[in-house]
Amino acid sequence: MFIKVNKDKCTGCETCLSSCPYDAIIVKDGKADITELCQLCRSCLSVCPEGAIFEVEEEADKKEKAQGSGVWVFAEQRDGELAGVSFELLGAGRRLAEKLGGEVSAVLFGGSAAGAEELIRWGADKVYHCDDGMFGAFNDEPYAGLLAELITQYRPEIVLAGATPIGRSFFPRVAARLKTGLTADCTSLDIDGETKNLLQVRPAFGGNIMATILCPHTRPQMATVRPRVMKRGEYDASRKGEVVKIRADNVKSRTKVIETIREVSEMSVNLQEANIIVSGGRGMGGEKGFQLLFDLAEALGGCVGASRAAVDEGWIPYRHQVGQTGKTVGPKLYIACGISGAVQHLVGMQSSDIIVAINKNPDAPIFSVATYGIVGDLFEILPLLTKKIKEVKGA
Amino acid sequence: MKIVVCVKQVPDTAEVRINPETNTLIRDGVESIINPYDMHAIEAGLQIREKTGGKVTVLTMGPPQAENALREAISMGVDDAVLLTDRSFAGSDTWATAYALSKAIEHLGADVILCGKQAIDGDTAQVGPEIAEFLDIPHIAYIRKIEDVKEGRIVVQRLMDEGYDLMESSLPVLLTVVRELNVPRMPSLKGKMAAKKAGIKKLTAADIGAEESKLGLRGSPTQVRNIFAPEAKRDRKIIDGTNEEIIDALVKELTGLKCL
Ligand SMILES: Cc1cc2nc3c(=O)[nH]c(=O)nc-3n(C[C@H](O)[C@H](O)[C@H](O)COP(=O)(O)OP(=O)(O)OC[C@H]3O[C@@H](n4cnc5c(N)ncnc54)[C@H](O)[C@@H]3O)c2cc1C
Ligand SMILES: Cc1cc2nc3c(=O)[nH]c(=O)nc-3n(C[C@H](O)[C@H](O)[C@H](O)COP(=O)(O)OP(=O)(O)OC[C@H]3O[C@@H](n4cnc5c(N)ncnc54)[C@H](O)[C@@H]3O)c2cc1C
Ligand code: SF4
Ligand code: SF4
Repeated sequence: MFIKVNKDKCTGCETCLSSCPYDAIIVKDGKADITELCQLCRSCLSVCPEGAIFEVEEEADKKEKAQGSGVWVFAEQRDGELAGVSFELLGAGRRLAEKLGGEVSAVLFGGSAAGAEELIRWGADKVYHCDDGMFGAFNDEPYAGLLAELITQYRPEIVLAGATPIGRSFFPRVAARLKTGLTADCTSLDIDGETKNLLQVRPAFGGNIMATILCPHTRPQMATVRPRVMKRGEYDASRKGEVVKIRADNVKSRTKVIETIREVSEMSVNLQEANIIVSGGRGMGGEKGFQLLFDLAEALGGCVGASRAAVDEGWIPYRHQVGQTGKTVGPKLYIACGISGAVQHLVGMQSSDIIVAINKNPDAPIFSVATYGIVGDLFEILPLLTKKIKEVKGA
Repeated sequence: MKIVVCVKQVPDTAEVRINPETNTLIRDGVESIINPYDMHAIEAGLQIREKTGGKVTVLTMGPPQAENALREAISMGVDDAVLLTDRSFAGSDTWATAYALSKAIEHLGADVILCGKQAIDGDTAQVGPEIAEFLDIPHIAYIRKIEDVKEGRIVVQRLMDEGYDLMESSLPVLLTVVRELNVPRMPSLKGKMAAKKAGIKKLTAADIGAEESKLGLRGSPTQVRNIFAPEAKRDRKIIDGTNEEIIDALVKELTGLKCL
């Protein structure tokens, strides 16, 4: 493909110049021209008032569409426990399979026979289960090796994983090996009624834009899906399905997990799966201030998050950081305390269902995304709030 | 030890917005920076060199303007800078980007390859692991500490949700790094002088022996069909009153919404 200007239509108005992020358009002798700097980003296509800019498809761009059938979801386990995102993926997988026809299968590496049965009750027709000891701890090469082998053998049309540290690390290897596309961190999935292609919607540019991504020619279509955005399917205790036992005979690894260290105290910091997050920024003033947040989080049954400023001050470890260079979260309730609301923080939390902001500055940008805003001193408000919540919950 | 650091030049995404009428990116006046995670990858490369000796090469694939990112890396003290640039790379998704970078790395040779955890524009975090797959070498993502590195072997800490994993790998290996790993150094005066004068090595698709059909838009399995602005935000409410009244009102609202 390449981008061209229809010289007959072009009036030389220069509207398109600023739309090109790569300075690839020049206007010479009253006509626009696309230079070799063009990166095919398509930004200029829609801006020309004359409709003079168009894309040209070349013969070699045309491809046959590969075949496949069924939707697969990778069911993640940690320490043998199924991760919540696995059930969300089964929910999403079922909805896609209804539009496409075909089965929904889960793939479980490690974990237990009981876990495999659980996946059936959450909506899997079939579970490919390998309980080889090598899958206990997460290790990229065996995970990628065996999944690629299974996909090559059974040829599913769509393969999904959670956009967790595990899914985002080993899925790219699988896609690279199978010469197919992978869409990262999707927040919505649908089927195109006409082409039956998977429509994958994802945020990019730190959440400032959304993009729809297609994988039109190769199969399977692969995607990682952000935890906590897809709805779980129906749990049905009487649901029946088939468990297919898999062996891992040809799987090798050049990396080894020597030890797994759990740093988390009593309180989990698995922010991406938390229902409630209580988050603090520079306004917390220090470690002592954060203790107020831990108290509130405990009362609510939630996790503690933080802005980068608080992390940089050393008040709380990096793993708690929410935002562009930390975690992207989407809990039901996000309480932001003493956080100003810089865009790099907002992109990591603005998809939360309900946002409560506590800040003494009424002009703080955090209020622009807050469902409920409280202008006040957090050192007064937080202890009262914790007390009140304990009362309500105790009642 | 041969160390290659992959860096990407990115727009400072905090500034990027979308034009709601044309659904195109507004990047006017938006500055280009080295992807912030890649700064930590450069620092890690320099620290490995200080320990084991050897050479650090920074590599970027991009349009000619990406040279600026390479000069910034040189000012921090890397030995060599390579710009992989060719018409045929235009429109690459992560698959085609990783393929081209892997061919360039094959051409350069490397024992340790460092990438950022993710680029703040594309935000996929896929290029690093995909490069490793194309090179048929292991990778470990989200490195927060390098415990030990010597001939043929490396021990690192990998950040996970609930803690970290102590991991060992043979070399060559590809690592993607998180911010916790280190604090990138400031360029020295000497470095800045060197950056001005340094020659940037340019490589094309032909130089690295890449297959035409695997490059750019043509080699990319995924396509960006369209981009659009995120949904506008919800109804907002500022809760007023004395602190007690505020708390009562808030708890009531949250109870009503079944948040508690
Ligand atoms: C490339 C890049 C990536 C970044 N990534 C991230 C990221 O991932 N996450 C992130 O959070 N930031 C990130 N940042 C940093 C971001 O730009 C802000 O600097 C940071 O979020 C500010 O943190 P803060 O809101 O805690 O601090 P401040 O901006 O200093 O805000 C403190 C707030 O506390 C309020 N306050 C003070 N005392 C009280 C009190 N007693 N009661 C109530 N309110 C009080 C103040 O009114 C103020 O609004 C990034 C920046 C860059 C350049
Ligand atoms: C809106 C939008 C959405 C997109 N979504 C997808 C998608 O879902 N799937 C997909 O396959 N492609 C996607 N792309 C294409 C993708 O952004 C580009 O291929 C991009 O060049 C690499 O991806 P990234 O920015 O996500 O890098 P990441 O994979 O996040 O980068 C990780 C690390 O790899 C290294 N690296 C990345 N690019 C380069 C480079 N050019 N030179 C040197 N080192 C580099 C850096 O060390 C970087 O820190 C999308 C593009 C856009 C505009
Ligand atoms: S916007 Fe259209 S008419 Fe105006 S210069 Fe560009 S191509 Fe020509
Ligand atoms: S497609 Fe993108 S890079 Fe090419 S001319 Fe248009 S705006 Fe510029």
